[in-house]
Amino acid sequence: MQLIIKNGHILDPGNIDGTGDIIVDDGVISAVKRNAAPGAQAEKKSDVRVIDATGWVVVPGLIDMHVHLRDPGQEYKESIETGLRAAVAGGFTAVCCMPNTCPVNDNRQITEYIIHTAEKCHLARVYPVGTISRGLAGKELSDYGELKAAGAIAVSDDGMPVADSQLMRRALEYAGGVGLKVISHCEDPYLSDGAMNEGAMATRMGLAGIPNAAESIIVMRELALAELTGIPVHIAHVSTRQSVHAIRDAKQRGVPATAETAPHYFTLTEQAVGEYDTRAKMNPPLRSEKDRAAVRRGLSDGVLDVIATDHAPHSILEKEVEFDRAANGIIGLETALSLGLRLVTEKVLSLEGLIEKMAKNPARILGLTREITPGAPANLTLIDPDALYTYDAEKGFSKSSNSPFHGWEMKGRAAMTVVDGCVVYEQN
Amino acid sequence: MAWNRKDILDIDSLSVSEITSILDTADGLKEISQRSIKKVPTLRGKTVILFFYEPSTRTRVSFDIAAKRLSADSISISAATSSVVKGETLIDTARNLESMNPDVIVMRHSSSGAPYLLSRHITTPIINAGDGAHAHPTQALLDMMTVREYKKDLTGLEIAIVGDIAHSRVARSDIAGFTKMGARVRISGPPTMIPAGIESLGADVVHDFDEAVTEADVIMMLRIQKERQQQYLFPSEREYAGRYGLNMQRLAKAKPDALIMHPGPLNRGVEISPAVADHVNSVILTQVTNGVALRMALLYLVAGGMRNAVDY
Repeated sequence: MQLIIKNGHILDPGNIDGTGDIIVDDGVISAVKRNAAPGAQAEKKSDVRVIDATGWVVVPGLIDMHVHLRDPGQEYKESIETGLRAAVAGGFTAVCCMPNTCPVNDNRQITEYIIHTAEKCHLARVYPVGTISRGLAGKELSDYGELKAAGAIAVSDDGMPVADSQLMRRALEYAGGVGLKVISHCEDPYLSDGAMNEGAMATRMGLAGIPNAAESIIVMRELALAELTGIPVHIAHVSTRQSVHAIRDAKQRGVPATAETAPHYFTLTEQAVGEYDTRAKMNPPLRSEKDRAAVRRGLSDGVLDVIATDHAPHSILEKEVEFDRAANGIIGLETALSLGLRLVTEKVLSLEGLIEKMAKNPARILGLTREITPGAPANLTLIDPDALYTYDAEKGFSKSSNSPFHGWEMKGRAAMTVVDGCVVYEQN
Repeated sequence: MAWNRKDILDIDSLSVSEITSILDTADGLKEISQRSIKKVPTLRGKTVILFFYEPSTRTRVSFDIAAKRLSADSISISAATSSVVKGETLIDTARNLESMNPDVIVMRHSSSGAPYLLSRHITTPIINAGDGAHAHPTQALLDMMTVREYKKDLTGLEIAIVGDIAHSRVARSDIAGFTKMGARVRISGPPTMIPAGIESLGADVVHDFDEAVTEADVIMMLRIQKERQQQYLFPSEREYAGRYGLNMQRLAKAKPDALIMHPGPLNRGVEISPAVADHVNSVILTQVTNGVALRMALLYLVAGGMRNAVDY
């Protein structure tokens, strides 16, 4: 099977930036031809598909290193298949799924179940994340060697903070030895008993607030532990300016750390909560304008390496309830690229910078390959930067529709998603 | 003026003229409760559901009496006796109640914003009888009615509200109401109980209690809840009473005719000394009396009593 992607703007940051053709043979890029003359065709094969990518940007396949697929156990919110359909529709060629499923992914069986189920879908690749602590209980380490052997790529107690600093230290050390990445959900549970960002708005609404320090205090702890152990830590979903400052400072001192933020933190503020709108309820909560500005600055100056969605599907059962009882989280796979492209329009990031945050850096952190070069696996995202559309959360591929971006006017989206040489999604 | 508002969810959404209209109506209805036959036919044939998701005695009884004095049929439902305990959602419970065609739903809920959720899903008028730490508009209105009764005009008055502001829906609604009507509000209490950004509601924060009550026209003391001690909000009732309790010495710093108020229930000897609670300037029980008249006024306005009155 041969795939020829013709006349696209090929953009692989640090490698190629120009119009050309990409030839894919049996899932692997066999040739990249820049400014190919119109007549200069590759050798004709019988089983060939030619894609006219004129006007599109062809980039290394996007990776979302932070999603919740809810499978096993909460398939009424999302299944591996529907989550991956949402992923490829959003331009993602791979996702890392967090382990807070039912049962939690702290063992070989769940990890293998996720990988096998995902393989049968023939959509995006899934790299499972196992738990830091057995049962997410924060008491003892999970069997990292077994998780690694089964195919896990990282460990995280995402959704639950690791309250015990000694456990986190040992997790870094042991995972470093096994070769698993440690991803930290930074939250001090003693400070975080609230429903939204602490401040005037929470006060006016009579909701208990979550202060910025609930996040940054643990970010600073993780940075200290990374410095102590020399093992890199990855900070999940950064939402506060103090966290950005702490990570910037640590990186300047040479502490091995990377960090991600989510589209909602660089796009929205606590104002989105409006009149108790549970679609804007998440953890960490949407913050103030100052925090949003610091997150955007962190993206543009490289302090924040990655844009990841924290795709968190919830059904109406968990969302159409009293605000303080509503579940935390929003879906994000199908809006992340469009919201990222807004950063390009607003000159926070160059297009190259965006692709680094959404493909190159996640690949580097996770030890995956995202190169547009002969011999590399053909994981590609074809972006139509000019597509105009109105986002309708109800009509998405995710089983859930808990998005504060419902009804937003968007510009730019994935036109086609290619995983290992197969076209797994086409925007029609 | 004609009444066009469906719900009473908070004070912020009410205009000055709407508040004045409510207070005037309540003043007029107060006399009914002093008759030997305490009942008028204004809301005859109307049904009022008292939907209480959170325990309440004073407010529920006050609404119940208000409805009955206007001849409405009132039905009281508490979370413990409703299908809430069977796992029904708030919206489903409310839709079921609405299917029985009530004219007003009076709602109390421990979650801030719960009445907004309800008002998005049902068309029956809703009166918020207190939601979480967010709002208690009927309490603020009866507080304004009480102060107006003694001081004639709210403009320019100095109101001190003291205690656990962070957890108080009464404080939030009182700040909104009194400032809207031209009074100045100072709040005081331990810094642990003063929530972030409270100044944005229009109140001045005066941490020193003695300074806060100085030259005040009204002192509103809030109930302190013992369980807050477990959340490190104050060290002990003894220390609280010493630093933030209203006693005779502190009262002497206020204006001689300063009104002493409290939304109840009282913790005598903690936030308010017995001598102050029973002081000649204490209007704590007048607040309760006025609560009935004020709630009659709201039921009358919201349930269309004004239209009924024209029909008669």
